[in-house]
This record gives sequence, C-alpha cells and structure tokens, in this order.
Amino acid sequence: MRPARVAKVVYAIWYRETVRFSRERTRWLGMITQPLFYLVLVGYGISSAMTFRQTPAGPGVSYLAFMYPGILGMSILFMSLFSAIGIIWDREFGFLKEVLVAPAPRWAAAAGKALGIATVAVFQTAVLLLLTPIAHVPVGPVMIVETLMVASGIGFTLGCLGILVAGRMQSLESFQLIMNVLTLPMFFLSGALYPLHGLPGWLSALAHIDPLTYGVDALRNVIYQDGPMRALVQYPLGVDILVLAGTAVVLAIGAAWSFETQKC
Amino acid sequence: MSDPTVVVEVEGLVRRFGDLVAVDGVSFDVRRGEIFGFLGPNGAGKSTTIKILATLLAPTAGRAAIAGHDVVRDALRVRESIGIIFQDNSLDDRLTADQNLYIHSLLYDLPRDVYRARADALLAMVDLTERRRSLVRTFSGGMRRRLEIARGLLHRPQVLFLDEPTVGLDPQTRNAMWQHVLRIRDEGEVTVFMTTHYLDEAEHCDRIAIIDHGRIVALGSPEELKRQVGGDVMVVGAAPASGDLARDIGERYGVDVTRAADGLRFQVDDGATFIPRLTSDFQGKISSVSVHRPTLDDVFLKLTGRAIREEEATGKDQMRIIARAFGRRR
Repeated sequence: MRPARVAKVVYAIWYRETVRFSRERTRWLGMITQPLFYLVLVGYGISSAMTFRQTPAGPGVSYLAFMYPGILGMSILFMSLFSAIGIIWDREFGFLKEVLVAPAPRWAAAAGKALGIATVAVFQTAVLLLLTPIAHVPVGPVMIVETLMVASGIGFTLGCLGILVAGRMQSLESFQLIMNVLTLPMFFLSGALYPLHGLPGWLSALAHIDPLTYGVDALRNVIYQDGPMRALVQYPLGVDILVLAGTAVVLAIGAAWSFETQKC
Repeated sequence: MSDPTVVVEVEGLVRRFGDLVAVDGVSFDVRRGEIFGFLGPNGAGKSTTIKILATLLAPTAGRAAIAGHDVVRDALRVRESIGIIFQDNSLDDRLTADQNLYIHSLLYDLPRDVYRARADALLAMVDLTERRRSLVRTFSGGMRRRLEIARGLLHRPQVLFLDEPTVGLDPQTRNAMWQHVLRIRDEGEVTVFMTTHYLDEAEHCDRIAIIDHGRIVALGSPEELKRQVGGDVMVVGAAPASGDLARDIGERYGVDVTRAADGLRFQVDDGATFIPRLTSDFQGKISSVSVHRPTLDDVFLKLTGRAIREEEATGKDQMRIIARAFGRRR
C-alpha cells in the first residue's frame, strides 16, 4: 500500500479524534475538575499529615508539588484508556464499522487513534498547567515544552495499551472490569501519589513494570529540572524516556495486531 | 464470474459459530442493477451473510465473490466495490455531516476535488445540503439514514448493502427512504442488496430470497413467489366450542390448514365462491371469515409453517434500544 494512502487513513482517524475532543465541552470541564479535586481534596489533606523520608522538609519541598506531576500522569492515563476502550462501543453500535469495511489498512487506523490520543494528551496537559500555582510549581518555557512532549509520549503509549485491550474485548460488560483492573493499580503503583522506594519487594516489582511509573518520573524530571524537589525523582530522564519508548514500540505493535485481527 | 450481468455470486456458503449453523449452504446470484432482497425473521442468517459478503466475517465453507473479487482472498478489492449501510447507525454523531463524508473520502482515497463534487451532488440528492454543517447528533433517524446513503455512495460502489435499513423509522420516513433506494436503482449504476423482515418492503425488491434457519427456502420475484401459493388465502376464526375445526375443515375440503395468529389459514382456488359453502357447512362454528390474495407472508407461512414476526429482543437488541434512546455515549 502506498505511503500516501496509509497517511490519509492515519490522518482520517486522527482528525476524527481531535475534532471530537475539541467539541466536547463537558470533557474539558471534567478534565480540569478531577485533577483539581485530587490536588485540593487529597493533596492538601495528605500534605498536612506527612513528610518525605529521604528529603528534608523545607522551602520548595511539598507534597502538593510532588503530587502535581503524578496528577498529570493520572489524567493522561484515564483519558487514554477511556478513549481507547470506546472502541468496543464504537464497534458494536457506531462509527468503527465504517472503518472496518473501508479498503484501508486497519493498523493505520489504530495508529491514527493512538496519535489522536497523544494529541489530546498534549492539550489536556496544557490546560492542567494552569493549575501549577496551586501546587507551587515553577513554570518556564523549556519546562512547558518538555512537559508537553513527555505528555504526548505517555498518551501514545497508554493509547496503544488501550487499543490492544479493546481489540481483544467483545462485550461492553468487560469494560468496567478492565477499567478497574487496569487503571487503578496502574495509577496507584506509578508513584503518582507516593514515592516508590518504601514499597515492599513484590509491590515494588509491580511498580517497575507499570509503564506509567516511568511516565510520571519523566514528568517529574522535566518539571523539576533543578532545586530541592529533584531529590524525589527516581531515575535519570534518559532512562525514563528509553523505557517509555521501548514500551511504546512493543504496545504499538500489539495494538496494530489487536486492531487488525479484532472480531466484528 | 464470466457472466457480466452477475455482480454478487454466492456458492454453498456456510458459517458456523460453535454448534450453531447460522448460514447453512446458501447459494444465489445477484444481477447487476437489481434490488435484491433477503427476507427472513431475526436470526435467520441475513446479517451473517451480509457480514461475510462485506469481508467482516470469514465463511466456514463455500465461496462468495463481488464484482469478480473473492471475499476472502481479495478482501481489499471487495471493500472498494461495496458500500454498506448497517443496521446500527455508523455515523459519528459528534461530527458534522460534511466531516463524516470527508473522513469517508480519506478512508476510500478519493482525490479532494472528486470528493467535493460528489459530496455536493449526493447531499443535494438526499436533501441535506442545508444541514451539511450541522452535527449529526441533531439529525432525526431519517436524516441519519439519508446521510448514510450519501456516504455509502460517495466512492461509487458497484453494490450497496442495506442491512435492515428502515428498522426504527416511522412509516413516512421509511417511504422516503424507499424513494431514494428506487431512484438509485433507476439511475442504473448501483446494485442494491438489502435485508429486511418487513414484508411490505420486500415487495419493492426485484427479486427476493426467503431465508429461514440459514437456508434459502425460495427465490424469485415477489410475483413469482406469490404464484407459488396459488389461489386465494382464507383466514377463518373459530367460534367457541367448535371442536377441532382445523381438522374438520382439512378433511372436508382436502386442504392443508395452518394455525396462525389471526386464525386458521388455508388456500382455495376461488375464495368468493368458497365463502358461502364454508359458512353453510360450518354454521355456528365459525366466528369470522376473510379472504385475500396471497402475500409474501403467506409464502413464508407455506414454506416454513410459521409467520414472520418480531422475535423477542436479544441482549444486543436491548443494548441497541438503549443506544438509540440515549444517543452515543462515548
């Protein structure tokens, strides 16, 4: 198949994802209120009750600041998986049939979907940067650009994971189950809400296979380029990005296969 | 495949799902330019057959080709040659009519200027030019169907598949839908293959295959099929305490009596002269008599011993009703 033909298919699905997203006002609202609730209702509460073991409390170190990149990661996680899992609904009662009967490679459609999710992740994160004052996070142009780039990477990776799962699922009943089994542990084990070094061995092992762990750590890396908060970053940025990229490649292949061979 | 007047060829098609045989050795040809109808109750195998022809499902056995392309080996060519309107709306209702057509043009690799010209013409044909920039979610069921027809024709398919195209539409909208389908046929470019379980719709088809339990039980024009029944159809209502009226009538006149929902049905050569005979022979045992020309329902009843009627909603049908009631929630 000619590359231009493939590009059109990728673009078609990307176009659909992004246009839909730009129209959904309630989604924009939910996108900002849920993280806000986490920051204010969970963040303020926990920060009054805890100090970090490895890091001396002092100016520039706060739980809210620690949590903020985690909340960005959480928002991308929920958005990506929710959006990808919409495929199941779409296949049974909606637009996906139009894609499946088209003389177009399905893997290209899956790529368009994942890229669409990555694009939405960028816009979502840009909006959430408005919450930085609440968490006392210093903002700068380099930090903004790098944060958005990492956000797109996380969105793409998790989008591929979502497509991979959705392509294998037949029923809407499994929707809620998968959402719970996948999203909540991925969120909690990612180090979004607490540092991972205190975890018992088996839990720590699980945290290390959670792709979001590296995503959240990469966000901390680029958001706190220097200063006392760096003490709470786990790995060098290069490691985070390498792991994330490797995971993205594997999941992208998995997503392409899953979408290509889905039953309809 | 050598016959240029045949556009859909199906030979010994079988599809099993585990122990269930959904399509059980179906063979037929669809001629270029006709409206070909698949008539049968829910679960008869209509949608499964369409899915196989649309390359969405592989057959367990048998062969099918569209415009000379095998649906298994040449799936891509088949997809280029067909347009489909599914039972469930497959428009994106969060996008405008124009955007839905635009995405279709990308998926089918139409050059931009070709897409523009055809979209204008098709939107005019289905009377949606005024609403082309409106979100599809603001459209009525009939408008959505019309937009789907426009979209299905955008890439100039040789065969347009319509899977239960008028389910859930009110009678007036159904009628309008049919005007569009008949116009497509009259323009001569496109062959229409449709499934339905509405008998009055099947009457519009040039030829019909009646399918039941995955098998074709009859195939022909509506007139040919009705001639198979022959004569007039009598429907007799039994009075209370009339005994085994079905057996008595059957024995007396030598006819096959079927118990249907509306009464006892059987055929006679001439209904008008038969009624006085019947009423005097069975005085007091009959509460009503009616006579009518055979309909496709009578054909179906004769061939299968049952009337076509809506079966109980399956889980998926219920989801479908919910999906329609609440719009798409994604």
